[in-house]
Amino acid sequence: MITVRRVSKRYGGVVALDDVSLDVAHGTTHVLLGPSGSGKSTLLRIVLGVVVADTGEASIDDVPITPATRRRLVGRVGYVVQEGGLFPHLSVQDNIGLPAETAGWSEPRTSTRVRELAGLVGFDDALLRRYPAELSGGQRQRVGLARALVLDPPVLLLDEPLGALDPIVRADLQSELRRIFSTLGKTVVLVTHDVREAAVLGSTITLLRAGRIVQQGSLDDLARRPAEPFVTEFLGAQAPPPHLKAYF
Amino acid sequence: MWRFGLAFALVALAPAAHAAGVVGVGSKSFTESYVLAEISAQVLETIADTGVDRRLGLGGTGITYRALVNGRIDVYPEYTGTISRTILKEASRESVEALRAGLGPLGLTISDPLGFENTYALAVRDDVARRLGLERISDLAGHPELRAAFTSGFLERDDGWPGLRRHYGLGLTDVRVIEHALAYQAIAGGAVDVIDVFSTDGRLTRPGLVVLRDDRRFFPTYAAVLLARRDFVEQQPRAWAALERAMVGRIDGQAMAGLNAMADLDGRSVRQTAARFLGREVTDAEERGRMIRELGTLTLQHLGLVAVAVASAVIVGVPLGILAARSTVLGQAELMVVGVLQTIPALALLCFMIPFLGIGTLPALVALSLYALLPIVRSTVTGLATLDRQLMEIADVLGFAGWKRLRRIELPLASVSVLAGVKTAAIWTVGTATLAAFIGGGGYGTLIVRGLALNDVTTILAGAIPAALMALLLHALFEALDRLLIPRGLRLVTGRPT
Repeated sequence: MITVRRVSKRYGGVVALDDVSLDVAHGTTHVLLGPSGSGKSTLLRIVLGVVVADTGEASIDDVPITPATRRRLVGRVGYVVQEGGLFPHLSVQDNIGLPAETAGWSEPRTSTRVRELAGLVGFDDALLRRYPAELSGGQRQRVGLARALVLDPPVLLLDEPLGALDPIVRADLQSELRRIFSTLGKTVVLVTHDVREAAVLGSTITLLRAGRIVQQGSLDDLARRPAEPFVTEFLGAQAPPPHLKAYF
Repeated sequence: MWRFGLAFALVALAPAAHAAGVVGVGSKSFTESYVLAEISAQVLETIADTGVDRRLGLGGTGITYRALVNGRIDVYPEYTGTISRTILKEASRESVEALRAGLGPLGLTISDPLGFENTYALAVRDDVARRLGLERISDLAGHPELRAAFTSGFLERDDGWPGLRRHYGLGLTDVRVIEHALAYQAIAGGAVDVIDVFSTDGRLTRPGLVVLRDDRRFFPTYAAVLLARRDFVEQQPRAWAALERAMVGRIDGQAMAGLNAMADLDGRSVRQTAARFLGREVTDAEERGRMIRELGTLTLQHLGLVAVAVASAVIVGVPLGILAARSTVLGQAELMVVGVLQTIPALALLCFMIPFLGIGTLPALVALSLYALLPIVRSTVTGLATLDRQLMEIADVLGFAGWKRLRRIELPLASVSVLAGVKTAAIWTVGTATLAAFIGGGGYGTLIVRGLALNDVTTILAGAIPAALMALLLHALFEALDRLLIPRGLRLVTGRPT
């Protein structure tokens, strides 16, 4: 259970978040949707604990997220970013095993776990010995996901995880993420600006604009009962033009 | 790797103190001093049968005298006038006895005069001398139209031109400053009529110049003597006696000028020249063989200097860089200090070491290490400060902190930059290490200093070319080291366009 209460954050004179609240129920996937600069990434990073809010508070399972409690949250939150966020000097298996290093796991335990996750994201042994520079974009993303899952954290935070991929790989990975989320029963917060991704992955959507929440609900709610014209405009901008509908 | 470093360090530091019974012979860095010191060395080796540690071409009076006082050398050729004016700073002490009495409290002594005096003198072209009937300096007073070119030292020293002009009432109006080596060409070509010379200069043995007699005795006499440590004289009386027997009163002005001419103009080495004086012969083949052996020794010394200096700079510089990357204030201050160090000319930095550490290998190493610091500190700071921000955030989220983060994440990612700095530092140091010879630090610079002193381009090149080759080799070595020290994954990244 993730709770965000009345959080605001400014960077100099720029308002990144303005009085934002959020509840993510256990085992659900919540999508933060919005254009660039809407504050969705800032919100995710407040939950992650790497950005401290000016006012308001956030907590995971009733543990407030503060610099003091960050260490306790290390094993409870998995984090996935665009392009995987892999360390170029480490092989695929070392990248995946990194969270186990700080958790103090033994070699064999780490190695077993890495192999298990490699199976989950469809990697063989040869691929595990490669370096990030030798992988395709989709493969890097899978490594990033596997790494986030090593300590089996109850919470997964994903920041535009598929943003850098070409459309076919992207569609593939969207279905795969959906499968993994539901198999593992994680509480997920995912940031994206892609309406299709939000529709495929998310049970609840928060649409943000310029640091404020515009509307919260299912895609159905947003489409049928838009809170403002902006909601329709944002959804419509990514829909195919009416005269091409037949092709989709 | 460490064992190699240690071996280099030992090779580099070993000559710092000579073994008991071995006599340290030094010289200043001009031909006459080299030749006299080499004669002393050969007398000690062949007649007194002692080991000799040659430390020739140490530099000017200051450095050479300090080497004697510190016990790095036991004996070197000096001039009475220099001892009274520069060392004792009592110009009134002139006799050998008075000088010995003055040197006693310093733990030093001198031999009796070797037989010649080296003083400033004025020389004119022989046809001018004939035409105007010039024989004495006072004859110049009647010819203010003559054109003169003097070395800068002579022009400024009170015992040079300013005093001479007053003493003789000379009215020369066309007086220019000229480099010593060029003065002979200028006068031979007829561009000038009068130059200052040293009375034992080898070139005066050649036709074309007439030395004017100092008829009103203006120039102080600089009689050549051997300046030695008293503990050496007392502990090795046989060696000292052999030196005195072979050299005292044995070298007159003409003989010295002849020896200087042999080394300066006839292409004989200092060793060959000295051997000739002692009635022996050193063949060109022997000389070449010795040169090759010397080059081997100098190569080890040079490598030792570079290896130890760069290793120390890495050991100090990388942690400093890490520290500087952690704190902006400290980092700025640190980079400023290291940057200021860099603005000091390398030769000056070497000289700054002398009051604290004397001369020799240790001060050279310290100066070279300080000089190598900037590229290493800077590249470490740059490497750590330009780490990918997203990756650092992920390292945070994964719980990497402190030493573990530095070792596992930050330093490997910065390794490309750090190594680039170390490479720059090493290649610079090969070059700056040639200056170590100016404070008796050894290495290839020894040949460069000697070549400069003897006006011998071959010897200069014998030092400069190996140094250039070493820089190239080191470059290749670092390419190989990159493969060893930069993680494979990073090499893939830098090797391919993104």
